[in-house]
Amino acid sequence: MDFYFYNMRILSLVVLFLMMSCKNESQGNAAISDASTRIELEVSPLEVYDFDGLKPFLKTKSDTVYVVNFWATWCAPCIKEMPYFETLNAKYKNKNVEVLLVSLDFPKKYDSHLRPFIKKNKLQSKVVALDDPDSNSWIPQINPDWSGAIPATLIFSKDKREFYEGSFTYDELETELLKFLK
Amino acid sequence: MKTVKGIIAIAAILMLSAFTTVSNGYKVGDIATDFNLKNIDGTMVSLSDYKDAKGFIVIFTCNTCPYAVAYEDRIIALNNTYATKGYPVIAIMPNNPEIQPGDSMEAMKQRAQQKGFTFPYVMDEGQKIYPQYGATKTPQVYVLQKTSKGNEVKYIGAIDDNYQDAAAVKTKYVENAVDALISGKPIKETETRAIGCSIKF
Repeated sequence: MDFYFYNMRILSLVVLFLMMSCKNESQGNAAISDASTRIELEVSPLEVYDFDGLKPFLKTKSDTVYVVNFWATWCAPCIKEMPYFETLNAKYKNKNVEVLLVSLDFPKKYDSHLRPFIKKNKLQSKVVALDDPDSNSWIPQINPDWSGAIPATLIFSKDKREFYEGSFTYDELETELLKFLK
Repeated sequence: MKTVKGIIAIAAILMLSAFTTVSNGYKVGDIATDFNLKNIDGTMVSLSDYKDAKGFIVIFTCNTCPYAVAYEDRIIALNNTYATKGYPVIAIMPNNPEIQPGDSMEAMKQRAQQKGFTFPYVMDEGQKIYPQYGATKTPQVYVLQKTSKGNEVKYIGAIDDNYQDAAAVKTKYVENAVDALISGKPIKETETRAIGCSIKF
């Protein structure tokens, strides 16, 4: 678990909640393996944007609900929750939901880590890379409360927007999405 | 069953509030706590040990975060420039080494030796200090200035504006902040943000 609990007394209740919900967790637990394993590189297209280029992905006028996850191949809690986003994508893509995985990997790792990771894990959600080193300028534009730690996730529709700094279980993620589908 | 549902509901509400909780750590102007943390050389390090310091560059960093690693040389440079001017670097490793074995005391020693760290690299054993500061990620900097009230937080945030390439940096936030403190001028940017690795607890 990777929440930012500043208040330890809620932890016990949360643990209780997790124990109760863990029976459903397995559905999102498809194995995602580490990207560092060497696999043969095949040139695959990777969309790379600076923040101005990414901006259009962060708003909508359509009826689609977007789930945008900020991650990197080196970020262990991000890799752990990656299957949940993939499961969500598979389950809800016919219900006007789109998952976008925004990689913050270093550009020099695109060929050695990011592309092989996408290929090896057969990621079905759309993946783009954000290459914009001046993160102080764009982090607050994604959300004023974001400290900059990853994983972080944005869920939005044309009239609703929520931001989450921290990790999800599958159930938590689906619960948040369902609030947008009512 | 009703009570179970009630507990789930309460837990769910608390979890959601945990998600949206903004860091309740230090803001600029707050007095930062001192600490007594074990250094890689086995000694204990406290801010109060530094009688002659005018302040500190406290950096939460670690071995295992690529962003922190990308900044290692720049952290060494900060200490080389500012320790003699009264603002030494104190590096604190906030991760739980049981979750992140690459950040064990032994690994910290090795990394410091490889890189030739010229400053203390202490472990936040028991993880009591980083939550008080409100650090959420590595690397994250707190520039402190000694005042009659204690060590006052003067700057929180990133080292500079380009984690990828030190040569392409346009604004050196920490240097600007410490230079301003040394020359008695106001700090232009007192809070910045950067991508980092969440602290493992």
